Amino acid sequence: MTTPLLDLHGISKTFGPVRVLDRVDLTALPGRVLALVGENGAGKSTLMKIVTGIYHPDEGGEIRFEGQPVRFTNPRQAMDAGIAIIHQELNLLPGLSVAENMFLGREPRGPFGLIDWRTMRERARALLHRLKQDHIDPAWPVGRLGVGAQQMVEIARALSLDAEVIIMDEPTDALTDVETQILFEAIRGLKADGKAIIYISHRLGEIFSQCDDVAVLRDGGMVHTGPVAELTEAQLIHHMVGRDITDQYPYVPAEAGPVRLAVTDLTAEGVAGVSFEARAGEVVGFAGLMGAGRTELARAIYGANRIWTGTVLLDGAPVRLKSPRDGVRAGIAYVTEDRKADGLIQPHSIRFNMALGSLGRLCRAGGVVDRDRERSAVAEYMRVFAVKAPDMDAAVQTLSGGNQQKVSLAKSLLAQPRVVILDEPTRGVDVGARREIYQLVNQLKAQGLCVLLMSSDMPELLGLSDRILVLSHGRVTGTFAHGEATQESIMERAVAVP
Amino acid sequence: MTTATPQRTDERRTVPPKSQGNPALRFLAANKSLVGLILLMAIVSAVSPNFLTFDNQMNILRQTSINAIIACGMTFVILTAGIDLSVGSVLAFTGAVCASLVGGDTSLWIALPATLALGAALGAANGAVIALGGVQPFIATLVSMTVLRGATLVYTDGRPIGTIDGQGADAFWAIGGEYVFGVPVPVLISAVVFIVCWFVLSRVRFGRYVYAVGGNEQVTRLAGIDITAVKIAVYAVSGLLAALAGVILTARLESAQPTAGTAYELDAIAAVVLGGTSLMGGRGHIFGTLVGALIIGVLNNALNLMEVSSYYQMIAKGAVILLAVLVDSRGKSSS
Repeated sequence: MTTPLLDLHGISKTFGPVRVLDRVDLTALPGRVLALVGENGAGKSTLMKIVTGIYHPDEGGEIRFEGQPVRFTNPRQAMDAGIAIIHQELNLLPGLSVAENMFLGREPRGPFGLIDWRTMRERARALLHRLKQDHIDPAWPVGRLGVGAQQMVEIARALSLDAEVIIMDEPTDALTDVETQILFEAIRGLKADGKAIIYISHRLGEIFSQCDDVAVLRDGGMVHTGPVAELTEAQLIHHMVGRDITDQYPYVPAEAGPVRLAVTDLTAEGVAGVSFEARAGEVVGFAGLMGAGRTELARAIYGANRIWTGTVLLDGAPVRLKSPRDGVRAGIAYVTEDRKADGLIQPHSIRFNMALGSLGRLCRAGGVVDRDRERSAVAEYMRVFAVKAPDMDAAVQTLSGGNQQKVSLAKSLLAQPRVVILDEPTRGVDVGARREIYQLVNQLKAQGLCVLLMSSDMPELLGLSDRILVLSHGRVTGTFAHGEATQESIMERAVAVP
Repeated sequence: MTTATPQRTDERRTVPPKSQGNPALRFLAANKSLVGLILLMAIVSAVSPNFLTFDNQMNILRQTSINAIIACGMTFVILTAGIDLSVGSVLAFTGAVCASLVGGDTSLWIALPATLALGAALGAANGAVIALGGVQPFIATLVSMTVLRGATLVYTDGRPIGTIDGQGADAFWAIGGEYVFGVPVPVLISAVVFIVCWFVLSRVRFGRYVYAVGGNEQVTRLAGIDITAVKIAVYAVSGLLAALAGVILTARLESAQPTAGTAYELDAIAAVVLGGTSLMGGRGHIFGTLVGALIIGVLNNALNLMEVSSYYQMIAKGAVILLAVLVDSRGKSSS
């Protein structure tokens, strides 16, 4: 039997009290493509960060590379040993040439320590030739290449490092069909050279067509490993999502009111013709894989992204949505997926952030902020939301993720919206705060608000939504009522090509 | 030493969040520039007995008032993470227009509002190029600094424009040269400007939006705030206050000089930065700007009293500004 190139045994990783990986085994064999699959948050990226030396595993596990036990303390060591990772967001410098990118920090030197440009270009050309990418000129700036060609440059860089194990994280996400085929051909070439490839993907089709073995992570544990050929698609999905839904989702049946939001044939960036209705007092969940168009849909309904065609009716009246300002004025609140970048102004206080979108209501004549009203409104919301902070003048950046999310929610609700869009409301939020946020969602529903819930967390979607719409490639590919949907049926629609 | 420093969480550093420690000490730690000013004044008064006299103090305030008024407008701009290099040229151009109006017998009731409106419009044009045209503030205002300086030279034909022939000449002079209860009028004007700016920045909705835009533009936009309008408005404020400074300077000299206000933008930026306002936007206070302007004013005055050659004065001024900013940034990184 061949020696595994990479052999992980009993790898665990804990962050504080949270065990992210629990005694995981993983074996990558030369000349084979290993698919690593699992839901978001299952521990795939943590595992890969351990393999590439970014994180250190807990005591007790063992990593063997080419049969020898190894212990990487930084990414450089893993790279030098021969483990390369190609990240989803490519790590290339757009202004530098292809060859410069490939040999960055390892440029071949000539006399007087000057860079030997000729040798560098020739070696770059040879590596690209190995990938059958002769049309890429090593002298071109990387920024002028398409995403697919950039990925080939990354792979060529991995080859230049003599990498034996090449990890690809969602490599086809940004590629066109043609580029994807070129990538697959390159992968077959690498296989023939005896490299081991670890292929991370959500796309089941690719796993069955390109991979030899599959390893399924769920909640930090390895639940299945074996040849791909021994599995059906349905079995693989079951392995990925097959956990029992416990009662951490306090579902309250809806007393649905009149139609509040009616979206018809909406197209916008990433949204290709979506229609749906949502009622007052209803939670409508949106499921889908990364890049399915959930955030884009939310941003279009809110006015942050331009609507190309289609209409949005709010309580029967058409709304003009040219900017987030229009959205806020119409009564649509958006709680962003990315609290750091576009949810809260981190160095400013809870009070400043919460009141920011509602100052119009909190002002006396002449635009002078009524500070008593502001303070009492903020205090009220801090109490209802149970925000844990020393006081309302504490900087938002000093709060935990869960508390920041509560402030972000409160900020949106303070503007007294009719529709609330929650985009990944529990990302980076610990279990206790999650349940509080779920209860808040139910309260909003009880108050007659219309809630749109975009989430990658399937149990959360199943547990809270009155209805679930599944998006794929910017279209609705499935609709389920509460209780009708299962994780398997949603996953099946989410991977469907409309 | 900085352990008692409260986190600079808010625009209102004068009312830090409740935490342990002596309130007076916390106030001083949060207002290092004020400590610097007091130290500077203590040193200078020990060296030069004339420094603390009422006349000299009023002299400092009068000399500081022009820069202080410009720096107030600059504070608005810098709080949004912008910069306005055109203030000196706006001052010169609006001053020239004002002088020709006053010298041409236009009523002050028309000439002064017209000049201020012109300044605000020039500033708004800067803001429009930045917010609508997507041009970097540095470049946009560098362009208008150059263009307006040229326009001033064209308008004045390179010669000073006198105001003494106008009917309102005496009343006009009073704006820059008169005293009320022993206090120079420009000092009173800048006091009013500071109070209004403080009120707007800390109490008015627009002030909140200024801090919000500088803190995180994307968040502000998504909160439904018209950031284009906020940006145009801050540059309009800067232009308006530069024009006000132009009026005062022209009144005092009873003429508009085509080269007036050259390099004033640098003193204004220095005052804002000395006052602890972050060039990255979102953090700072108008009170700090006042202190920053006074530090520069006291320094100029002290070096004159000590009869330091004006060549060396520039070196000394640069050194003090560097020192102050270094102390401030060390305090920030260790807290």
